[in-house]
Amino acid sequence: MLGNHKYIAFETILIKEIRRFARIWVQTLVPPAITIGLYFLIFGNLIGSRIGEMGGFSYMDFIVPGLIMMAIIQNSYANVTSSFFSQKFQRSIEELLVSPVPNYIILAGFIAGGIVRGLAVGTIVTIMSFVFTDFSIHNFPVTVGVVLMTATVFSLAGFVNALFANNFDDISIIPTFVLTPLIYLGGVFYSVELLPEAGRIVSAFNPIFYMVNTFRYGILGTSDVNVFWAIAMLGAFVIALFVICILLLRKGTGLRH
Amino acid sequence: MTSALSISDLCKTYTNGHEALKGISLEVQTRDFFALLGPNGAGKSTIIGIISTLIGQSSGAVSVFGKNVATHVYETKLNFGVVPQEVNFSPFEKVADIVMTQAGYYGLPRSLASERTEKYLRKLGLWDKRDNRSRMLSGGMKRRLMIARALVHEPKLLILDEPTAGVDIELRRSMWDFLQEINQSGTTIILTTHYLEEAENLCRNIAIIDEGKIIENTSMKSLLGKLDSQTLVFDVRDELQSETFATIGLARSRFLDSHSFEVDIGKDENINDVFSHLEIKEVKVKGVRNKTNRLEQLFISRLKTPNNFPNTDKGETTLC
Repeated sequence: MLGNHKYIAFETILIKEIRRFARIWVQTLVPPAITIGLYFLIFGNLIGSRIGEMGGFSYMDFIVPGLIMMAIIQNSYANVTSSFFSQKFQRSIEELLVSPVPNYIILAGFIAGGIVRGLAVGTIVTIMSFVFTDFSIHNFPVTVGVVLMTATVFSLAGFVNALFANNFDDISIIPTFVLTPLIYLGGVFYSVELLPEAGRIVSAFNPIFYMVNTFRYGILGTSDVNVFWAIAMLGAFVIALFVICILLLRKGTGLRH
Repeated sequence: MTSALSISDLCKTYTNGHEALKGISLEVQTRDFFALLGPNGAGKSTIIGIISTLIGQSSGAVSVFGKNVATHVYETKLNFGVVPQEVNFSPFEKVADIVMTQAGYYGLPRSLASERTEKYLRKLGLWDKRDNRSRMLSGGMKRRLMIARALVHEPKLLILDEPTAGVDIELRRSMWDFLQEINQSGTTIILTTHYLEEAENLCRNIAIIDEGKIIENTSMKSLLGKLDSQTLVFDVRDELQSETFATIGLARSRFLDSHSFEVDIGKDENINDVFSHLEIKEVKVKGVRNKTNRLEQLFISRLKTPNNFPNTDKGETTLC
């Protein structure tokens, strides 16, 4: 397949993905906006005003980066799992598998779709946060970099989930029992300084803890982790998951007999 | 001339141990209209799955226009289009978007994709439905949409897995015309179907597969030539009683009802002899028809387990 043909194929998958989540915006864009809006209202505004400062910032300012990151993680993951698994379930994925599109373009198209939805929801949540607080970006490259890398990691993870999934339960187990606890325990609502020693050690093994804190550094300039180490770790996750996805696609896991 | 499709000693054993293909070898010449027939579970869809790379082969080789599908994935995929047995497009997408998307997967620029989408949707009578969600289409329209989708990159080889299943007679005939037209324009067509009349009318060459093995592979003409006899049903003008019919003395004949009877005509016998005999006996014939399709008669006689046809399900695996 020629280079421009590959680009057209990539663009086609991406447009199809964007069209899909835009068509069902009531399911894909509105719920996270409402949920995060309620977090802002209840935790940030009502309860937060009684908590006082955290990490040198008002509680509302402190949780905004974590909540934006939570929206990006959940939506980039959900987009790829639901879209890819639905296509497997309806067998419309065969359209793509019988075509000459290389595996890495298929993967890139779905991942780009996940990133776009993560960014779309992240943007909506960011705009909503301005209703409750004002903030400026402390470090633009770190902020953009960590957002893109986090969305990529969770889109890739969602792709792995969708490849192995045999039914709709299989695509809700990981988000419910793995992703949600990791996000809630990943420093979205608190600083690691508040945790006992054991809690800090456990948090060190939670990758989302590094993502949230690096993003918080990009926005507020404060972080519980070493930012460079966190970015390197994110890069390693991207590479490792990309390789795993390519190997699974080449093997035909969940797709070919 | 390079074969459009060449299959050599192809075997497939699924992970559950089911041996779907047991050393299949097959050649389909360029521009041929080829029928691949067999009962449910015979291995037809497995062959199509292997050609389209949705199913991995256990051993053997498959080449499309001289290129091995396992080693020249991209070149071979550009050359064929597949119309699967079951509807496999998103029910939520618009008709035109489904075809446009497929064109994009083959790297067609947007303007060309748009032009081809219009061309094939018009040819298949779906242009007026282009903005409808695909779930709103009737069964026949969905089948035609799958054909339009498979043709949008204008493949040299078109593989159709039961394309007219569930399609009404009128529409089926117009689909036959369309398929003949694209075959005449140079596209090689491989067709699997349960409508044997369809295979007889459309295809020049034929292979019959049963229990994972090819049991016939020849031209349609020579296969039909193997038919030892055919049963003709005679409809008569005047009422006929069974006792009266017995006095006519027609060999290998059976009384059906007061206006019809059937006669077995051997391959070396002349139908005019029957007419002459009936004329002598003053029986006025209103019409004559074949009791069953000739190919159907042959097909059933060749199968190893004909009694199980057509409801046998040997666990043939679907394409995904």
